[in-house]
Amino acid sequence: MGYQTTAEKMNAIFSDLSKDYLIYAPKRFVGDGTFTYIDTIRYGEITDLSEIEFAEKSDYSFKEVLLPISETLFYFTENEMKEADAPKKGAIVFLRSCDLHGLKRMDTIYLENGAVDTYYKRLRDNTKFILMGCENSFENCFCVSMGTQTSEDYDAYIKVDGETVLVDSHWDFLDAALAGATQAPVIADSVTANDTVVTIPETVPQTLFDAPFWEEYGNRCIACGRCNFVCPTCTCFTMQDIFYTDNGKAGERRRVWASCHVDGYTDMAGGHAFRNDKGQRMRFKVMHKVNDYKRRFGTHMCIGCGRCDDVCPEYISFANCINKLNTLVNDTAKEEN
Amino acid sequence: MTELNPYIPFLSEITEVIKHTEIEFTFRMTYSGDVKPGQFFEVSLPKFGEAPISVSGIGDGTVDLTIRKVGKVTDEIFENYVGDTLFLRGPYGNGFDIANYKGKEILLVAGGTGLSPVKGIVDYFSAHPEDCKGFTLLVGFKSPKDVLFKKDFEEWEKNINVIMTVDTPEDGYCGKCGLVTQYIPEIPIKNSDEAVGIVVGPPMMMKCTITELFNVGFKEENIWISQERKMCCGIGKCGHCKIDDTYICLDGPVFNYTKGKFLKD
Repeated sequence: MGYQTTAEKMNAIFSDLSKDYLIYAPKRFVGDGTFTYIDTIRYGEITDLSEIEFAEKSDYSFKEVLLPISETLFYFTENEMKEADAPKKGAIVFLRSCDLHGLKRMDTIYLENGAVDTYYKRLRDNTKFILMGCENSFENCFCVSMGTQTSEDYDAYIKVDGETVLVDSHWDFLDAALAGATQAPVIADSVTANDTVVTIPETVPQTLFDAPFWEEYGNRCIACGRCNFVCPTCTCFTMQDIFYTDNGKAGERRRVWASCHVDGYTDMAGGHAFRNDKGQRMRFKVMHKVNDYKRRFGTHMCIGCGRCDDVCPEYISFANCINKLNTLVNDTAKEEN
Repeated sequence: MTELNPYIPFLSEITEVIKHTEIEFTFRMTYSGDVKPGQFFEVSLPKFGEAPISVSGIGDGTVDLTIRKVGKVTDEIFENYVGDTLFLRGPYGNGFDIANYKGKEILLVAGGTGLSPVKGIVDYFSAHPEDCKGFTLLVGFKSPKDVLFKKDFEEWEKNINVIMTVDTPEDGYCGKCGLVTQYIPEIPIKNSDEAVGIVVGPPMMMKCTITELFNVGFKEENIWISQERKMCCGIGKCGHCKIDDTYICLDGPVFNYTKGKFLKD
């Protein structure tokens, strides 16, 4: 149901919701960016709609709400383990259409691929998602190429225009809270084109895995892993045990974000590692995002948010890489015919 | 009922420790659920982490885990196993399906600790030689002092054809020397069109062995391999073991070669 209401009314509703939910949205952190006088936009808790950064793309995705950067799984003493408590409150997350598609990718891995992940599920079951529209495409976005520019799978869509707020609710609670508000048809803003367009090769033959094509990336990539950390669909983690300094027999097991670009990702006991070359790590990631994931689960993993291109300190463009790979695949096929 | 948390390990008693070499012991652990050769457990040591370890033997209410002291977790197991218990999660992975090999001529080629995940197969056919048309175990170790499962070899040699070789002999050693591949042409296979090859070991050993199996007429659909990768979860989440669209922990570690040949890291 669509409504037109005021910012004051919506803030009152969120104030009420905050008794049961932590509310997360992209916020501007002034001067907190990589360089002096550069801001960063990342997720944080909000109490007022005015804190939300609607005008720009967030540098980081919402994924840290459901998959914390470091998450305690359980506490241990010598012979006992205790599952870490779930947060007392649920979560409400403001996010854009592409990220809502990213959520499906996370669900697939954490709820469907093998056993259900206890920690993900208990957060996910208590999280509501509020769509933020996109009036314009941002730099490096290629959602239209990935088919993620619109989404209906939200609990609410909210558009703030000065003191006016438009809401499309799929959530009983909001419908009840907005019972007195003016009803109006509300359609989420979405883009129909991006400056960046990618063409994904249908299949990439394994013979191209060792092509000189990847060497450029091997030379440029510094294996910092930022592309993985900003990506809403990168969900890998590594286990980490810590113990308390004043009681060495007690501690906790955590999982922390991992990156397939960073050294150590494939290291096995005894020292053997795979993909020591950074170009091969790029190949591994690219193939996962636009080829391997689809073969297993039916959709591309990449959702076209372009954050990896925004963040790379070596100006490596994932979108360009896909397009160049597509050309390479086509040229190779022509040569063979 | 809420689903069981798959990350919380259970406590298992060490009922026996069999020392093969200075750095390779088999820990016989209490476990009474279903388990297959080639499956693995995450051995979980609070403070130190977890390591995926293959099942090297299946007993009545026990599983054997043959562990080499090579990393942070395994070092600690060797230092402090006197604690009598270890935490485990699992078993994980598909494992070897004995039914695939019954009634066939079988050539099993293993390198070093690669013998662990297939030892259950050897145990089975050594105990039931009538269930196959012939069984040859071809196994290579680095040197005589790296030989694992010495007692089991005595038993196996009574029932199946065993060829053991070492890369580097020592004074007083009078067995076979050299790589496993050089012995493959000598193995009398009656019908290589239908014979089954099972190959587990270091990546290069597996590659060369499979080439040699093709040379003597094995078909790729009759060859089975088991892969080893870094794993942090064992349940398809952490991503470390993924190769193309395959999760080694879920879809493997055992693969028919028609699939296994495409696994490129």
